[in-house]
Amino acid sequence: MTWTDWPAMQPLLSEACWDTLYMVGWSTLIAVVGGLPLGVLLVLTDRGGLLQSVVANKVIGQVVNVARSMPFIILMVALMSFTRTVTGTTIGREAAIVPLAIGAIPFFARLVETAVREVDGGLVEAVQAMGGNTWTVVRKVLVPEALPSLISSATTTVVALIGYSAMAGTVGAGGLGDIAIRYGYQRFETQLMWITVGILAVVISLIQFAGDYAARALHRRGGGSGAAPRLRLLRDRTLAAETATAGTVAAETATAGTVADETAADVSKVA
Amino acid sequence: MITTSGLTKVYRSRGREVTALDGVDLHVREGEVFGVIGQSGAGKSSLIRCVNLLERPTSGTVTVAGRDLTALTGRGPRAGKELRQARSRIGMVFQHFNLLSSRTVQDNVELPLEILGRSGKERSCRALELLDLVGLADKAGAYPAQLSGGQKQRVGIARALAGDPKVLLSDEATSALDPETTRSILQLLRDLNRQLGLTVLLITHEMDVVKSVCDSAALMEKGRIVESGTVSELLATPGSELAAALFPVSGDASGDDRTVVDVTFHGEAATQTVVSQLSRTYNIDISILGAAMDTVGGRQVGRMRIELPGPYEENVVPIGFLREQGLQIDVLGPEPALVQGGAK
Ligand SMILES: Nc1ncnc2c1ncn2[C@@H]1O[C@H](COP(=O)(O)OP(=O)(O)OP(=O)(O)O)[C@@H](O)[C@H]1O
Ligand SMILES: [Mg+2]
Repeated sequence: MTWTDWPAMQPLLSEACWDTLYMVGWSTLIAVVGGLPLGVLLVLTDRGGLLQSVVANKVIGQVVNVARSMPFIILMVALMSFTRTVTGTTIGREAAIVPLAIGAIPFFARLVETAVREVDGGLVEAVQAMGGNTWTVVRKVLVPEALPSLISSATTTVVALIGYSAMAGTVGAGGLGDIAIRYGYQRFETQLMWITVGILAVVISLIQFAGDYAARALHRRGGGSGAAPRLRLLRDRTLAAETATAGTVAAETATAGTVADETAADVSKVA
Repeated sequence: MITTSGLTKVYRSRGREVTALDGVDLHVREGEVFGVIGQSGAGKSSLIRCVNLLERPTSGTVTVAGRDLTALTGRGPRAGKELRQARSRIGMVFQHFNLLSSRTVQDNVELPLEILGRSGKERSCRALELLDLVGLADKAGAYPAQLSGGQKQRVGIARALAGDPKVLLSDEATSALDPETTRSILQLLRDLNRQLGLTVLLITHEMDVVKSVCDSAALMEKGRIVESGTVSELLATPGSELAAALFPVSGDASGDDRTVVDVTFHGEAATQTVVSQLSRTYNIDISILGAAMDTVGGRQVGRMRIELPGPYEENVVPIGFLREQGLQIDVLGPEPALVQGGAK
């Protein structure tokens, strides 16, 4: 294929774009819905937490760790029969959403845990002194106060999911990653591959930019309660800048960024 | 209004035990401002946190407004419904304000009302009324980050009052503020105490705070209350550490063979010219080593350290004269207690 084949490439690419967005969109939604309570529970059940329970904390923590340590491609294979029960098939984009979401839930949960831990304990105490119960504390304090960090976490999760969704292409889910592999790697049509990579880079930059913007806007309103979130935003911003300039490196950098986040979350877990 | 009896709190962490409260009996009367003072680590915060059971006492009871709160605790670490209801009737103000940065000033004040399940309209009416009361009516839409420390504490106070509490707890509410702002916040607390009949239990490490707003005070040391009473009682107690700290006068005798006397004036006596009278009546030279005059608990109180020539034995009569004037006299130095008693 060459540039003259654009009419042939265009529907292929736009379909792939939609496939990626579809998979990433749904799996992000599920990851947020599942990971948020899990992350909050990890904080609440921890020692000194409002729902302190050593057993529950250990169990949730262990499940999250196991799911986190599983390479995505293996998770996908391991979940096949479960995927079939849920979606009725093991191929196609619906089928890809299941392992994507299940892989992203513990990932997001750990990020949520870190974000919620940052919330000043004095605020929790203030609400308790007003007569608030645990649910009130979660709803009125933990989630709203951690919101800027939670948005950053969601952004990181989306970017990671875009990376994973490329692998989902191997189960015939389609998407941009799939095109890059099928045309670029298997058929040596490098031009199409580079276009895909470019689109991925642009999409990731846009998502990162939007996420950073929202997080920063909320954080600024709150006046910035600490140095940590700001540092984090700063790093994300440099990351976004790199993404914009160097297309190919971008995806790698983004993955490296998420890996760094993962390690950070793990380190904080250990500590 | 607040009574604790035999209150004990032992913290256990990693096998080590720290006794933060060791049998505290505290009694705060309705409508008074009660100050608890003490060194760092004395257990002041533990005490105030036990009053609304944010910290569960190891033993002893806490009664607020006639209700035994310690009886309301469930078995688990979580607060039951009754305890939460009781807490909503006790306002609390914090050293670091503890305002939610994600909410506007008005929404922060509305939070306790949301917890109480009040309707939106009622909440905003009450919040605006309270913000007016603390002098921040124009800041309703601002975020806490846009306020000064003193303004934040005013919001904290408005929030603490939202649930119409009878009791206000304050743990070092002014410790993060400069002296000027501290004064204005204390004045506000005093006004609220008068206007709303609010009982205030406040913790502080600044004697000035006790002096300017408290009716009663207690001194804590190593988890125990070592002195307590109304401020005037304390000032009238010879040898009271709190009184001496509240009202320090300094000055050393100019030589041997002198008698140094601390004279404490209360109310009316402060305006009398006792010293010149004394000098004239007994024809002695009196030198003033140090003096201070202040308003304590709303009453004018003065303390003066004077020096009379000659040893104590020669000054029994003039000192007796001072006592007759209704002044409180503390003779410094090697005066035996027996002699002091006999001098009356
Ligand atoms: N959660 C806790 N776990 C273990 N020990 C604690 C805890 N809270 C307080 N303590 C200990 O209890 C003692 C009393 O502490 P508390 O905070 O009541 O003192 P304080 O009088 O308020 O001091 P400060 O003026 O510094 O605020 C201290 O020795 C402290 O180390
Ligand atoms: Mg303290």
